Amino acid sequence: MTTKQEWLEQSYQSAKERPVRFTTLSDMAVEPLYTPEDLKGEYDAVLGFPGAYPYTRGVYESMYRGRLWTMRQFAGFGLAEDTNQRFHFLLAQGQDGLSTAFDMPTLMGYDADSERAIGEVGREGVSVSSIHDMATLFDRIPVGRVSTSMTVNCSASVLLAAYLVVAERQGVPWEQVSGTIQNDMLKEYIAQKEWICPPAPALRVVTDMVEFCARKAPRFHPVSISGYHIREAGSTAIQELAFTIADGLCYVEDAVKRGLDVDDFAPRLSFFWDIHVDFLEEIAKLRAARRMWAQLMKERFGAKNPRSMMLRTHAQTAGVSLTAQQPINNVVRVALQAMAGVLGGVQSMHTNSMDETLALPTEQSVMIALRTQQIIAEETGVTNTIDPLGGSYAVEALTDRIEAEAMEYIRKIDEMGGMLKAIERGYPQREIAEAAFNYQRQLEQGIKTVVGVNKFSLPEEIAIEVLKIDPALEERQIQRVRKMKRERNGKAVKESLKRVAEACRSGENLMEPICEAVRRETTVGEISDVFRTEFGVYKDPAWI
Amino acid sequence: MAEKRLRILVAKPGLDGHDRGAKIIARALRDGGFEVIYTGLHQTPEMIAEAAVQEDVDAVGLSILSGAHMTLFPEVIRLLKEKGADDVTIFGGGIIPDEDARKLAEMGVKRIFTPGASTEDIIKWVSETVQPRQ
Repeated sequence: MTTKQEWLEQSYQSAKERPVRFTTLSDMAVEPLYTPEDLKGEYDAVLGFPGAYPYTRGVYESMYRGRLWTMRQFAGFGLAEDTNQRFHFLLAQGQDGLSTAFDMPTLMGYDADSERAIGEVGREGVSVSSIHDMATLFDRIPVGRVSTSMTVNCSASVLLAAYLVVAERQGVPWEQVSGTIQNDMLKEYIAQKEWICPPAPALRVVTDMVEFCARKAPRFHPVSISGYHIREAGSTAIQELAFTIADGLCYVEDAVKRGLDVDDFAPRLSFFWDIHVDFLEEIAKLRAARRMWAQLMKERFGAKNPRSMMLRTHAQTAGVSLTAQQPINNVVRVALQAMAGVLGGVQSMHTNSMDETLALPTEQSVMIALRTQQIIAEETGVTNTIDPLGGSYAVEALTDRIEAEAMEYIRKIDEMGGMLKAIERGYPQREIAEAAFNYQRQLEQGIKTVVGVNKFSLPEEIAIEVLKIDPALEERQIQRVRKMKRERNGKAVKESLKRVAEACRSGENLMEPICEAVRRETTVGEISDVFRTEFGVYKDPAWI
Repeated sequence: MAEKRLRILVAKPGLDGHDRGAKIIARALRDGGFEVIYTGLHQTPEMIAEAAVQEDVDAVGLSILSGAHMTLFPEVIRLLKEKGADDVTIFGGGIIPDEDARKLAEMGVKRIFTPGASTEDIIKWVSETVQPRQ
């Protein structure tokens, strides 16, 4: 019998090979062939069956034969009523869950009428300064039935409170409200860079929310542990995997330290991955992630509930892979990435629109992106069998290798004393900046290719229609917020802010005081200002 | 006598955290032989103009991906003028539609680099265009 080594030496070496580097997007060398010799470990220990430990092949027994993934397009722009209209459009198109994009001032904890908000109100997402905006945003949307994801981090406590107050007003008990709030502050310091206070108090607020949701809103996912932004900032697939899992370990550790039983909150932790353009690497990453999380939760934290070990995830195709050049090509990139997400077994997905590198997407391009998922689900047949690539020599070998290299990073971070300490030292930040720089250099040297950018480019670009945001809406929102501030009960607002400040100092869980403040029309910016005063302000270390 | 190295301020105005481009450019310009000062994220136009004057730079490169370029560029230009530093070369990069880039050029922005521009092109442009301030 011929071994792989013999085949490589006797046959492959004399065969023709194109003069390119055969590496993944993350620069991991790929062998010409994988064979049964590359498979490691016993089937039950490393793969197992879907719905069973270590969940490599999928978290549910019947996966997409039982239920398709949730198609969840991220949307938000302009004023609350504009986004509310887009939400109704998406639900009418067959989308099953909502996902809210807030504008930068909201995300950074500033009201629309703040000086820091000039020029940014309603631009990259919807402007929400108070409970009134939140109520308009979810007007005629039954929050007890539609699950909503909210991408917000340093001001997440206020936005979650506002969502729960909207539920109260709709007569829906908190126990019935389901959804996800991103609230992954660690990755903010690593990659996305939306912050108010330094990492340690930020982690405390996250843990307050984990604890609060476990007790009061048990169907809500209080943290979506996110690799997406780490990858978009330029990390490799392995770094995305390692840093995200390490962030997750840090949240679990902190909640356990608080006295929570791991099985009381871990089933409600969920994940969020980037699906980049290297097909096999992405599928392997998703499979490795499930195995790593299951093993770490079981072995490190002694989780007993299988749901604590299951890595359930949302995914988004890679915004960073879209090109401004020949933008219609992006439809193809997104389709391939979405296919990798499905073959990797995600629970929910956002597909980017072709025009998102240029502006917020138009209704037409959002529809193509949603239809892409529907075509994969309904036409391609890949949902008929579970983990169809499981057992592929190449996919299994890549899964093992990505897992091993990510575990090596986690070991290093453990040695530093965990992710909070690693972030304070700038370790993940520097690793990512280095990877981003290397990739850029490879792109410029032509070692890596982006079609339409450094190869097959056109002398003249074909323009496409893009969405324009009316600059007048900023002024409308500013006036609206100012009017609300004049007309509300100022004394009630002051008292509520005092109570939030006291909770910051005493260590009492912040969520009840914040909910009360939101009911009294206290704004996102005002509550965030209390954080600024009580916890201090974090500044970008600006490493290059 | 050795020629004085050009000093470039790479600035990131606005509230968004998209600093991958700004950091790559800052590092490439530094490797390309310029003195580079990087402001870090979340700078107001006032902070940027102040830093440009304090650091006595020859050029300011603004990286903007938030859509607020039509507010931020003019404000930085206005403040530099106010501080008597209107001979500082202003350039920038980000997701900026052609139509807006043309308007910015009229306001005095010397060059806008859009996604796909290579660091090599940017270094070349800076060496050929930016003049040391008197």
